[in-house]
Amino acid sequence: MINLMLITALTLFGVAILIALVRIILGPSLPDRVIALDMIGVNLLSGIAIISVLYQTKAFLEAILILGILTFISTIAFSKYLERGVIIERKRKR
Amino acid sequence: MLLLIETWIDIIVNLIIVLLLLAGTFFILSSSIGINRFPDVYTRLHAATKASTLGIAGILIGAFLFLYVSESIISGKLLLAILFILLTNPVSGHMISRAAHKAGVKPVTKHQKDAYEEAIQQYKSSR
Repeated sequence: MINLMLITALTLFGVAILIALVRIILGPSLPDRVIALDMIGVNLLSGIAIISVLYQTKAFLEAILILGILTFISTIAFSKYLERGVIIERKRKR
Repeated sequence: MLLLIETWIDIIVNLIIVLLLLAGTFFILSSSIGINRFPDVYTRLHAATKASTLGIAGILIGAFLFLYVSESIISGKLLLAILFILLTNPVSGHMISRAAHKAGVKPVTKHQKDAYEEAIQQYKSSR
């Protein structure tokens, strides 16, 4: 019963990733695509949490932490690229 | 899941864990639908940051409770992940909205009014 519920939750995460993929393909501007990529990261992270409950293991918890950090850093890098055109700013003396 | 059900308190703990996981799944699925349904970037950010933060906090708290009850592990990594997501998700939403405004995405409003642009012009004229 509860196993069936967890597998249903995993299927719903797959559907959510597909819906976000539609927004990545259709999105009219670049920030829409960045938002949808962030959404895919969130879906993967919660899917890993459900899998670790399903298999009764603690081996995947590092993956949750690292995936959260990578999603945040990629979103920040994309938004800095959108805002300034460069990601890492260097100050030059002229 | 696979907890042995012996007393009524085990049933209540199982029920709390399953409710947290299902509520988190519902919020994440609805935020992913909201990304497709809203009209522009600034309203899509409402769905993408707020609902997904709530859903992911619910799922991670459910997994933490499950690991604590079934295997008696207090996992600091899950607590750290919850804290980190609560800190970073609003920051990334703010950065995306400011970058979208600077990249020139127009908001879809009823009266075509852009309060942030008016504030920028007011600040520039006051300097």
